[in-house]
Amino acid sequence: MLIDLGIAFGRVAFVMLFVLNVAALLGWVERKQSAIMQDRIGANRASIFGFRVLGLFHPLADTLKMLTKEDFRPARADRLLFDLAPAVSVFFALVAFASIPFGDTLRVAGRVVPLQAVTLNVGVLYVLAMLSLGVYGVMMAGWSSANNYALLGGQRAAALMISAEIAIGASIMGVVMIHGSLNLMDIVRGQGYLLWGWVPAWGIITQPLAFILFVTAGIAATKRIPFDMPEGESEIIGYFVEYSGMKFGMFLMTDMVETIVLAGLSTSLFLGGWQIPYLFAEGFHFPWGAGIALPPLLVTLLQVSAFVGKVAAVIFVLMLIRWTLPRFRYDQAMRLGWLGLFPLAIANIVLTGLVLAAWGNR
Amino acid sequence: MSPMNLRQRFYLVEVLTGLWLTAAHFFRNMGRHTARAFGRKGTSGAVTIQYPEERRPYSPRLRSLHRLVRREDGSPRCVACMMCETVCPAHCIYIVADEHPNPEIEKVPRRFDIDLGKCVFCGYCVEACPEDAIRMDTGILEFSSYSRGGMIYSKDMLLSFEPADASGRPRSPIPLPADRRA
Repeated sequence: MLIDLGIAFGRVAFVMLFVLNVAALLGWVERKQSAIMQDRIGANRASIFGFRVLGLFHPLADTLKMLTKEDFRPARADRLLFDLAPAVSVFFALVAFASIPFGDTLRVAGRVVPLQAVTLNVGVLYVLAMLSLGVYGVMMAGWSSANNYALLGGQRAAALMISAEIAIGASIMGVVMIHGSLNLMDIVRGQGYLLWGWVPAWGIITQPLAFILFVTAGIAATKRIPFDMPEGESEIIGYFVEYSGMKFGMFLMTDMVETIVLAGLSTSLFLGGWQIPYLFAEGFHFPWGAGIALPPLLVTLLQVSAFVGKVAAVIFVLMLIRWTLPRFRYDQAMRLGWLGLFPLAIANIVLTGLVLAAWGNR
Repeated sequence: MSPMNLRQRFYLVEVLTGLWLTAAHFFRNMGRHTARAFGRKGTSGAVTIQYPEERRPYSPRLRSLHRLVRREDGSPRCVACMMCETVCPAHCIYIVADEHPNPEIEKVPRRFDIDLGKCVFCGYCVEACPEDAIRMDTGILEFSSYSRGGMIYSKDMLLSFEPADASGRPRSPIPLPADRRA
């Protein structure tokens, strides 16, 4: 009983610490990657005892700054909602990662532990639900600030979320149809099979169109550039215009955490999750017949690092997109969501259904 | 603007072209940073000049903070002829003349103040000077103060500055604002 509790605690703690630490690190990654892309050096001045360590202390300095700043609340703001909004926003972003598997099973003390924070049969729906609940924080912030610009930002966020979410749900359907399960662990396991004996059946190979649609709509769901019109810093400043101090910091953190969740979800659905091609529970089995036997603990370790590596790679691409593209106009984003992504996702579902019917249920 | 063709309207190809460009910059610069970290000299991964420690090379013609040129004995070369004060379009130079102990030399400034808060750095004072006594070659660009009075530089301060070196780097220390000086 106590061991079970400890295992459950460990699973949650691992995911929580992973997400929080990577989110803190993303502030640094964002500044440094954008700097290197633009032939600059980036923040490198924060130092502890003269050590600068490539500017790695800047997230720390930023956090300290935000924690010690004045916490300002407008006189006519709705007190409860105003205080609640950033917490709601960051909470739903943080819990969304819970059902994303970061490895296969691990044997501890005679028990088989699935390496994900929570084992859910409806994992995909859970992540989507949490991501869309997160927009309530944004809407609450916009509404409670008693500021027209904030209200505009919140309204834009809601409209954007709806148009993006439908495309996300519809694009995921193809993957769900192939694997016949909403459980993310099953979907990742299903991607371990080999097509024609040598191509790993990753979602990006079986569902290339869905991958593009999902990533596009997913970036819109994270409210980051090029879909940042809820923020729109050059026109309306956005839903957090009245926030300061750490409450503002929590909105920033939400964006980072949502980026991680999007990276984790697209890794699990389309990039094979923790799968390494030709690596099975006993070791490598190459299609040309060779094989390397590996101890189970090493296999698990390889799988977890493969997952982390893939998430990092997806985050790199998301950051690349964020620092390359300019912002969509509001109507352009709406049109892209409703007239571009959504019909294409429906077409993808029909196409997948036809192929599956022709191929026969595998 | 001409209407977009089909490929541009499809957007994806154009997005990938843009991503290719920025990613190429990233990996090229990353490679250069890595090469430098392993001690290879050569092209830098960034165009940044880290200002307080590094300075970009200044042109020798650059007009920077003024200085008064000294004679061999250390006294100012200036003879208080008032040419610079007269030509100054900003009226920022204030000179009080005094007799020079040496009868060969006509006069010497008792006071020579430049109000840098008014100066427009036109360089007319340097051109007007018959004795080559005032120059703008210290290479110092950083003069600031919390008060208007702190922007007035006196004769002693102007005499203390050294000319910049060949690359335009100032040899005199950057002057602290007068109201922060101990």
